[in-house]
Amino acid sequence: MTPSHLELTGVGIEFPTPKGAFRALENVNLKINKGEFISLIGHSGCGKSTVLNIVAGLHQATEGGALLDGKEVNEPGPERAVVFQNHSLLPWLTAYENVELAVNQVFKNKMSKQEKKDWIEHNLELVHMGHAIHKRPDEISGGMKQRVGIARALSMQPQVLLMDEPFGALDALTRAHLQDSLMEIQAQLGNTVIMITHDVDEAVLLSDRIVMMTNGPAATVGEILKVDLARPRNRLELADDPTYNHYRSEVLRFLYEKQKKVENITPKTAAKKPEAEKVA
Amino acid sequence: MTAQSNQNPLAKLNIRLPEFNISLLAAIGLPVLGIAFFLMIWSALAPQVNTSLGAFPGPAQVWEQAEVLFQEHNDEREKEVAFYERQEERNAARVAQDPTYEPRIRAYTGKPTFIDQIGTSLVTVLVGFTLASLVAIPLGIFLGLSERLNQAFNPIIQIFKPVSPLAWLPLVTMVVSAVYVSDDPMFEKSFITSVITVCLCSLWPTLINTAVGVANIEKDLMNVSQVLRLSTFTHIRKIVIPASIPMMFTGLRLSIGIAWMVLIAAEMLAQNPGLGKFVWDEFQNGSSNSLSRIIAAVLTIGFVGFCLDRAMLFIQQKVNWDKNTQVR
Repeated sequence: MTPSHLELTGVGIEFPTPKGAFRALENVNLKINKGEFISLIGHSGCGKSTVLNIVAGLHQATEGGALLDGKEVNEPGPERAVVFQNHSLLPWLTAYENVELAVNQVFKNKMSKQEKKDWIEHNLELVHMGHAIHKRPDEISGGMKQRVGIARALSMQPQVLLMDEPFGALDALTRAHLQDSLMEIQAQLGNTVIMITHDVDEAVLLSDRIVMMTNGPAATVGEILKVDLARPRNRLELADDPTYNHYRSEVLRFLYEKQKKVENITPKTAAKKPEAEKVA
Repeated sequence: MTAQSNQNPLAKLNIRLPEFNISLLAAIGLPVLGIAFFLMIWSALAPQVNTSLGAFPGPAQVWEQAEVLFQEHNDEREKEVAFYERQEERNAARVAQDPTYEPRIRAYTGKPTFIDQIGTSLVTVLVGFTLASLVAIPLGIFLGLSERLNQAFNPIIQIFKPVSPLAWLPLVTMVVSAVYVSDDPMFEKSFITSVITVCLCSLWPTLINTAVGVANIEKDLMNVSQVLRLSTFTHIRKIVIPASIPMMFTGLRLSIGIAWMVLIAAEMLAQNPGLGKFVWDEFQNGSSNSLSRIIAAVLTIGFVGFCLDRAMLFIQQKVNWDKNTQVR
């Protein structure tokens, strides 16, 4: 058997808190193949973001670790580009300049000036932002900001694209547009993607496999659902598709039966952001 | 999309606004009204107060003295020009008599006028403030970047911050006289003393605000920097400095206000040339016009301070990327 592209083995993490160590994750195991689209789904505070941050290298696992192409991940790097929930563009730079910062860093001596310019523009075209490349983040809408965030991540030519609830803060229509764009880009580039989501439809529509996580503390991988739907997928056709609806109900059953969230018992980690209630 | 929402909503409704812009009228009219009210109270109350130098001057007397001060300045300049002309004539005459004579020009030694003092104070405050900023901004960035460094230096900053300029002044004067020894000094000692005192008192707001601004940069932006593996230098240049510019300028504006206040106090106490010394000299002089002249100086000090603040505000608006920050 060939070794996986990205492999998480026995990952556990503890955060120090004033009341002693808080164990967020325990024994998380996951193997991801090249070009696969993986969704991580689970209730708020179950440690989805923590898993992503460990892969990104922003958090260090207490036990176990992540291997990318056989190499251990222990610091952040552009080969594992992250799309953050709230776009995190530099507000003083235009869309072009935001992508440029990444391109200049990753392709410092590998591209000529003109090549860089073309590459930046190409990536912005890819996310359909060609018309507003010289706008600053405060001049464009939330969905457009997120598009630029994705362009910035793509421009680093990452081996793995990590997306932390990329569409969580957007309204439903914008979200659908961006999901379609993302599928299109994924089909074109064949990136390996790990995406965190709260949205069951989003998970089923986009993913090859859905990783469902148990509730914290000491959260781990509960079930993995393989989504066998032909690509390209069309949200309208799938709406009445029995297979699609079956997958959908599988995920719902996991979230609301097997891992029914009991409020006020699971403490939130300090690193957690308020999720779900953010609607643009 | 935002571009559309920026448009005036009234334009769409097609409502005809009155020709006379009411907000403009208020913007000019209300301050004028306020000033008129203040002048009225002042001229009504001033004659009631009797000092050893006569009744407290009202706006009219102050205006009169302000004109006199300006006139004195012009007279002094004319005298200076005449002084140099006389020297040149005399030299020319002597050279005509005796070709071997080497002409010498002696510098004019008249006393500085009110206008000269404003110039001196302005130069001093700008040099002191610039020096303070050059120290405070880099230091603030380092303190903001390192929590440990901040913990180490915070007590010292908190203790020095509230120290009055008057307490620093004797120390600074003594140290400058001891250390700054030169036969041909580039700057006056008094100038150096004032600059250092201004610098010591005005660097704290910039230092503290810069440090706070840097320490509170959004976690996400720091993550971006980490994912991109920016070098420390690029990180500071591309992320830290732009992100902390709004806070930095809050500090700089506080600093320039303090610098100006401190300078006037330092000039009064140390008899360093400038507006402070002018006020003190008039006070010592004690003529019947002194109070009016002091008030003219007080208003000038206020006006210059206001201009300095507006200048900083102007720079802030040019440099600041965050157009949503309330600037006033």
